[in-house]
Order: sequence, then structure tokens, then C-alpha cells
Amino acid sequence: MLTVRVIPCLDVRDGQVVKGVQFQNLRAAGDPAELAAEYERQGADELALLDISATPQGKRTCVETIRRVRAALMLPLLVGGGVRSVDDAAALLEAGADKVSINTAAVERPELIDELADRFGRQCMVLAIDAAMATDDRFEVVTRSGKCRTGIDAAVWAGQAAQRGAGEILLTSWDRDGTLEGYHLGLITQVAGEVDVPIIASGGARSAEHMAEAVAAGATGLLAASIFHYRQWTASQLKDQLATMGVEVRP
Amino acid sequence: MTGPDVIVVRTGTANVASILAALGRLGATGRISSDPREVQRADRLVLPGVGTFGAAMARLDSDGLVGPLRKRLDDDRPTLAVCVGMQLLLETSEESPGAEGLRAFAGTLEPFSGDIRVPQMGWNNVTASADCRILASGYLYFANSYRLAAPPDGCAAATADYGGRFVAALERGHLVACQFHPELSGVLGLDIMRRWLNGAGQERPSC
Repeated sequence: MLTVRVIPCLDVRDGQVVKGVQFQNLRAAGDPAELAAEYERQGADELALLDISATPQGKRTCVETIRRVRAALMLPLLVGGGVRSVDDAAALLEAGADKVSINTAAVERPELIDELADRFGRQCMVLAIDAAMATDDRFEVVTRSGKCRTGIDAAVWAGQAAQRGAGEILLTSWDRDGTLEGYHLGLITQVAGEVDVPIIASGGARSAEHMAEAVAAGATGLLAASIFHYRQWTASQLKDQLATMGVEVRP
Repeated sequence: MTGPDVIVVRTGTANVASILAALGRLGATGRISSDPREVQRADRLVLPGVGTFGAAMARLDSDGLVGPLRKRLDDDRPTLAVCVGMQLLLETSEESPGAEGLRAFAGTLEPFSGDIRVPQMGWNNVTASADCRILASGYLYFANSYRLAAPPDGCAAATADYGGRFVAALERGHLVACQFHPELSGVLGLDIMRRWLNGAGQERPSC
């Protein structure tokens, strides 16, 4: 049986891990390579590294950070943040990423999805969607770290992206990010019903119960940041609890 | 003391940083090459691959590596094939009709089917048959959309389940072909790579 993945996420700015609430009020949370190795020891199934550096210097630092993380890590590494071209993605993959996620650039130019899937394979092409609640049952894609509301329906966009070659959806609830209120299950259910590629749930996880709910809604990957940075749980502890709830995990 | 050298075939689209990092962890030195002579004769060789079956074969062909790889496999020189690299050892794939593989193993790849999410992305529980010397049972990391449904005759094999049984890896002589990514599969994956590296230095078993 394929198991559900628990995926700690490192938000990295200028070479340091940071964490905020709804993408704001960032606090320093440690060294990326040290945290990566620690999360692997603690039973993580995969690692995500999202670069939120705003400057060209920060972007160059990110490639160096990926090299350091790769040297410390024997798990799959998903990297995203600021990828706008095939060349950007190639630089991250060459440094040690195994999968690349794109977000704003794909909304602005959807053909980038086709280009990355053609060049690197769809298993390498992850579409990141940040979605905010628009009405009670509709979710809207937001870009530029939540600053820009696009009016695009999140589930429709996911479907189009999968058609173009996205091999996985990294689905973040903007409303829940950093709040520890639980994943947005309505959002996961809607997108999971629209695509048959794997879905990584993101934004709001505090407990194994939250994670089990997301799996029931259709997620196959479970991303979290705060609960790992602040040492509330290790991945192993969460997976032990998930197993008792009947969720298949890697022991 | 320096460890063994390993040639990693430049297949164009494959991300090889993780493979080089894993080799380094084992005390070996990985070097990327697309030189036909090196690819045919290297003491140890890793054949990686991502993307489509057809594109990867076209790349090997344009680099003049198809003949050298077939010769190498005929000679049972120590070879580790990973993910699409494993698929290239089969005959054909429904992913790329008309493209011909390296034919080290009989068989055709087909898409996953059933009520499952594709690509298969994550850790699956692999069972290795008792005659495996290098492969092992346990959880290993996969990222694939096509599968080989049943092992060819005469191979030690490891299998797993995703909408039905599929071949997780094959082992024959000094050839190990993994659909999973041993370089991304933590301690268990590294153990498989270590046994392959060590076994590569031994006498070849008689078949």
C-alpha cells in the first residue's frame, strides 16, 4: 500500500527558516540544513522548502541552501518560490531539488506548466495553489503571497493544471495558514474531486486529527510547518497517532 | 583512502544531485558522463532517468549510448538503474508507442489503472523475494505513472501494490533495476545502494 506522507515545510528567507501567520509577521526558526536532518531523523517522509526571499541576492542564497539541505537529507525534496522559467527550475533541480513547485508564474503564464512537465516529467512539476475562501462554497486563487486576488476558481484551475501536466497539487488554504485551526477540508474536497493527481494539503495543521481529516477529504500528502518548528510534535509521533486512526503511514 | 568511482549516465533531464549525494554518503565518488566508452566499461554505473520513456531513449540514442549500454548489460557489468532508468531496460512502454527500450528484460510498461491517484507519489511497502541478494523488503519512495505488472522469468524481484501488484525492482547478476528511488528512500534505500556497490566488487555469480 502507498502510504500518506507527512511533509515538514521550511519557509526560507535569505538562507534562514522563518515562519509567520497568513504569510506575515515572520519569525526566525533555524538553519535549513540542520532542521532538514532533524526532521528526517524524526520520521518525515518528504521535505518542502519554499523560498520567500524577495531579492536577487536571496534567490542566489537559496540555491546554496538547497545544496546544503541535499547534502544533509536522504528524502525527497520539493522546492518552490519564485520559479518563473524552465531555467529557474533547472537551477533548483541541479542544486538538489527533486520536485519544483510553481505558483504565481503559472497563473500569469499557464504554458509554463507544459514546459516544465515536458522538460522534467510531470512527477517533477508541482502546481502550488494558494486559495482563499470567496463564498461559502467557492475558493479563489490568490497570488503574490496573498496580495493579489485573481478571481480564478481554485478547483477549476487545479483541473486545468493537471491537464497541462502538473503531477501534483500543493494546496494551501490562505485563510488557515499559520492559524493551527486545521486544514480547510472544503477546499481539499473540492480540488480532490476535480483532479486525480496527488494532493498535498497545507495551511492550518495542528494535530494528527487534522491530518486524518485531510486524508479523508482526499489529501495524500500532509504539509505542516509551525507544529514542527515549535516542536509540538515530531513526524513520528503524528504518524503513530495516524496509524491508530486507521491511516496508512510509513512506520 | 578513496572509495569506488561510479559513473552516472547523463540522461539530460534527470536530477542527479540526489544520486551523487547518496553515493558520497557511501564513500563513493559519482561522476556524470555521457562518454560511450566509459558508459560501456565503467566498473560501476548508475542509469538514472525522469521524464518520458521515449524522450529518455531518444537522448541515449543521440548520445550514442544505446549500443554501449546493451553491451554493458550483456557483459553483466555492475549497473544500478533508477526509476525511468529501470523502465528503459524493458522492451517497450505504452507511454511512448514505437520507442524501443534497451531490452535487458522482457516486458512492456503500462499505465496504472483503477481508483488511485497518478503519479504514484510516496512510500510504498515493498516485498522482496527470497532470492534477492541486494534488494530488501520495506518502505521505499516512488514517483511514477507507468508500471511493469509482473516480473520477467528468471529474475529475483521485489513487488508492491498500487491498484494491483507491480514490479518495484528487479535483480539479475550485477544488475539492479529499481522503480523506486533508493537515493531518496532514507536508510533502507542507502542500504540497497551499499550492497550494490559492495557486490559490484565481487566475483560474478554463475547463472
